[in-house]
Amino acid sequence: METRVQPEMVPKPDIIEEKAPKSLSPFQLAMRRFLKNKLAIAGIGILGFFVIIAIFADVIAPHDPTAYDMYNIEAKASSEHWLGTDSSGRDNFSRLIHGSRISLTIGFFAMMFTILIGVTLGSLAGYYGGKVDSVIMRATDLMLILPFLLLVLTIIAILERINIGIFIVIIAFTTWPQITRIIRATFLSLREKEFILGARSIGASDARIIFRHFLPNAVGPIIVNATLMMANLIIIESALSFIGFGIPQPTPTWGNMITEANSLRMLEGHWEAWLPPGLAILLTVLAINFIGDGLRDAFDSRS
Amino acid sequence: MQNQNQPLLEVKGLKTYFYMEQDRVAKAVDDVSFTLKKGETLALVGESGSGKSITSLSIMRLIPSPPGKIVEGSVKLEGKELLTLSDRDMRRVRGNDIGMIFQEPMTSLNPVYTIGNQIAETLMKHKKMRKKEAYKRAVDLLKLVGFARAEEIVNEYPHQLSGGMRQRAMIAIAMSCDPKLLIADEPTTALDVTIQAQILDLMVEMKQKFDSSVLLITHDLGVVAEVADRVLVMYGGQIVEEATVYELFTNPKHPYTVGLLNSIPSLDEEVDRLDSIPGTVPPAHRFPHGCRFAPRCKHAMPECLEENPELRETDAHHKVRCYLYEEQGGEKVG
Repeated sequence: METRVQPEMVPKPDIIEEKAPKSLSPFQLAMRRFLKNKLAIAGIGILGFFVIIAIFADVIAPHDPTAYDMYNIEAKASSEHWLGTDSSGRDNFSRLIHGSRISLTIGFFAMMFTILIGVTLGSLAGYYGGKVDSVIMRATDLMLILPFLLLVLTIIAILERINIGIFIVIIAFTTWPQITRIIRATFLSLREKEFILGARSIGASDARIIFRHFLPNAVGPIIVNATLMMANLIIIESALSFIGFGIPQPTPTWGNMITEANSLRMLEGHWEAWLPPGLAILLTVLAINFIGDGLRDAFDSRS
Repeated sequence: MQNQNQPLLEVKGLKTYFYMEQDRVAKAVDDVSFTLKKGETLALVGESGSGKSITSLSIMRLIPSPPGKIVEGSVKLEGKELLTLSDRDMRRVRGNDIGMIFQEPMTSLNPVYTIGNQIAETLMKHKKMRKKEAYKRAVDLLKLVGFARAEEIVNEYPHQLSGGMRQRAMIAIAMSCDPKLLIADEPTTALDVTIQAQILDLMVEMKQKFDSSVLLITHDLGVVAEVADRVLVMYGGQIVEEATVYELFTNPKHPYTVGLLNSIPSLDEEVDRLDSIPGTVPPAHRFPHGCRFAPRCKHAMPECLEENPELRETDAHHKVRCYLYEEQGGEKVG
C-alpha cells in the first residue's frame, strides 16, 4: 500500500525575503563573529555577574566591610557571617562583595590609562617614524629591561600613601611599553596600505589621517589587547595586594583578603576566608581572557 | 591674463633622491622635465624601478620623507609652483586640483568606511559641502562611473565590491572635485583584461566629461597605444625618449624603446621566442657612469660609457637621449 505524502508533511522551504542585505562594516562583522563564540559569551556572563555585584555592593553586602569587631575575630562561617570573619572581626562575605569593586575598578581604569598612553605614543612612533620613533622606542626598551615587580615595589615604597588613584597611575606607568609596541607595529603595517596614500592624495592632514584612517583600522588589536591586559592587571593588583604592596587595609580587595589567610592555621582550618576570593580572582580573569580570545578570533578573520 | 598656451603642468629639472644607509643616494628621479598640455593624455612608460611612480608622487609631493627628498627642480600647475607651497596650501591642491588613482584597488579604499563616506570626505573637505549634499553628489558620481545601483553602493563597504568596482569607486573619488589633472598610477595593472578595457574607457570618458588632463603611468604599451596622446619613456630615473604615440610606435629611436616594442607579441608575425631586453634596470644608487642603458644596449659605443647623452630633439615633437642620434646620419637602429 502506498502512502501518499500529505502536503503538510513536506517541509515548506524557507521563504527568503528579497530584501537588500544591510551593509555591515568590518567592525560589525567582527562583532557578529564574536557573538557566535560560546566561550566568549560565557565570559561576558561571568564578568557581567561580577560587574553587577560591584555596582550593587552596598545593597548586597550584609555588613559594613570595614566595621571591625574585636570580640569576634576569625569566626567560622555562620548565619550571621556567611564566610566567617577575618583577623579584625570584619565580615568576609561583605569584604568579598566589596572587593569586586576594587579589582574591577583598578583593572578597568589602569587598563584605560595604559591604553591611552600606549595608543598615543604608539601612534606617534608608528606614524612619524624617524627620530620620534627612535626616542619613543628607546624609552619602551628602557622600561622593558627594568624588572617590572622591582620597579613597582620601589615606586610604591617611595610613596608614603597609596590610594586607588595613585595605584592606577603606577600600574599604567609601568605597563605601557607592551601596548605601545603593539600599536606601533599595527601602524607600521597600515602605513604601507595604499588607502593611506590615497587619503594623502585627497589632501588629508596628519591629524586627520591618524584619527580617521589609522586608528579605526587599529581598533581590533587595541580592543583585543586591552581586554587581555585588563585580566593581567587584575592579577597584578591581587599579587601586589597579596605581598602587602597593594591597596592597604582596611579597604577590602581580593588580594589582601588572601593575605589575611597567609598562615598554615588559616589555610588548614579556615578555607572560607581564602577560597572565595581566590575563586573570584580566578573566575574574573578567566572570563576576561575568554572574552579577549573571542575578540581576537573575531577580529582576525584569517583564523 | 592667463596665457592660452600655458601648459597645465610643467615639470622642470625634477630630481628626487632617496638617502639610504651608508651614505648611498638613490637617484630615483634624476633631472626630469616635461610639460602636459590642457586636455592631453600623457603616458609615462618604463620598467619597474625606472622612476615613473616616484615622478608622479613628486608632483603630488607625497614622497616619504625621510628617506626621500625632492632635491631640485620645479613643478608648476597652471603657472603655480607646487614645490614651494606650504603644506597647508599643498593639501588644498591634492584632491582638488589633482586627483589620483592607484594600482591596487583592493587596498586603496579604507576598509572601515562606506564608499559614500569616502567620496563625501573629499567633497566636504574641498568643496565645503554639507554631509547630505556630499552624499547626494556621491550617488551622482557613482552613477557617472557606471554603477547602476549607485544608491545602494553608496552605503556599501569596500569588501563588498570587486576589484574593478573598487577602481571605479576610486575614479569617482579622484574626479569628485573636478580636478584639472588626473594622475593614474598603473590603474589597470591589477585588474583582469576585460575589466582593464572598461576602466580605460571610463578614464577617457571622465577626462572628456570633466575636461581634465591625464598623466598615465604604466608599463603596458598596449594601454599607451589605446589612450595616450604623447608618451614619455623613462629609464633609470631619466626620460630617454619623448614622442607622440603615433611617432613612437612607427618610428621608435632609443634602443630601449625599440627593445620594449619588440617585446610585445604581435598578431601578424609568428615567432618562436619573444624578444626581451637582457639584464635589469640597475639599482638607483649604482647607475653606470655614462648612458644608463649602455650596459644592456646592443648598440653601445665607447662614448656611451664615458658620458650620459643629452635629451635632444631629433624631429619635431620627438626627443631622444642617445648618441646614435647626436649627429644626423648616425647608425640606424632597428
